Amino acid sequence: MNPVNYLYLAALLFAIGATGVLIRRNAIVVFMCIELMLNACNLALVAFSRMHGNLDGQIIAFFTMVVAAAEVVVGLAIIVSLFRSRHSASVDDASLMKL
Amino acid sequence: MTQLAAYTTSTGEALQFWVLGTVAVIGALCTVFMKKAVHSALCLAGTMIILAVFYLANGAYFLGIVQIVVYTGAIMMLFLFVVMLVGVTAADSLRETIKGQRWLAALCGLGFAVLLVGGIGNASLKEFNGLGQANSAGNVQGLAELLFTKYVFAFELTGALLITAAVGAMVLTHRERTERARTQRELSEQRVREGKHLPPLPAPGVYARHNAVDIAGLLPDGTPSELTVNKTLRSRGQIRDVSTEALNDLKALEQRAEDRLERPRPEEASK
Repeated sequence: MNPVNYLYLAALLFAIGATGVLIRRNAIVVFMCIELMLNACNLALVAFSRMHGNLDGQIIAFFTMVVAAAEVVVGLAIIVSLFRSRHSASVDDASLMKL
Repeated sequence: MTQLAAYTTSTGEALQFWVLGTVAVIGALCTVFMKKAVHSALCLAGTMIILAVFYLANGAYFLGIVQIVVYTGAIMMLFLFVVMLVGVTAADSLRETIKGQRWLAALCGLGFAVLLVGGIGNASLKEFNGLGQANSAGNVQGLAELLFTKYVFAFELTGALLITAAVGAMVLTHRERTERARTQRELSEQRVREGKHLPPLPAPGVYARHNAVDIAGLLPDGTPSELTVNKTLRSRGQIRDVSTEALNDLKALEQRAEDRLERPRPEEASK
């Protein structure tokens, strides 16, 4: 098997995640799809790291994980506070930028 | 020989890739298409565990373990907590707000996938070195060396980012009470002023037939009163309605009584 297959898998997962972001309207599920896209990027970075024989790709994947963790914390806090003020987690309901 | 070995992976890894890769794609699709957010979260957790296995197979031992600990352990559990907090009334509405949006979105996703796959197929990826040399002193040691020399500034910035994120989450979710809590007397005065529901809410259940909490109590005219059922049950739509059944029973009973006693209906008698 050619290691490029990992890149194809990453591309597929990224496209599925992007489709989910476009289709779903529950804010939590949209957020999960974004996580899926980030993970797909990480897989591609790890595969690149193996192809080129250095660890820089893995370092960047590591930074991606840190940023994703921070993003999830803030994003879920925003969803919770939105739910508190609007009693809904649908992205359609949060159409006005006011509480 | 070593060059050739780096070009293609072992049969075991190929088998692992095809089996787990299929499961990962199925998990990703389930994440997108499952109706309930909890199911989506569990499918995504499965996909992430499979990705961790792929990291391990690609020689990224540290990242594989971090993936399991951070993603499936911490982030997905955070997701599940929020799903439980938001859960009850957060049903995803299946009504389309923009006509044909779903099909267009699916088409966009498909086109995007074709573009990405085509791009990778056309790229000249001739270089396969393998991680043998880079991992020779150990994967964690190699990563640490890079992290604390070449990328030390970015590493320190991530520390600042994490602290900012923690503070941000606290600011967003913690609500400072800016005014004094109202006392019981003030609350009761407000209720009197607004003039609604001075006494406690009516009890659920239709006496003599049912006394379950999910059955709306009947008003004197026989219609069910939504007010008698708990708010959570109302928003879940779990109210059982027995009003017509009760009314029919009552009618049949009156009919029987009338037949047996051979006398005019009670309403007419009371008039």
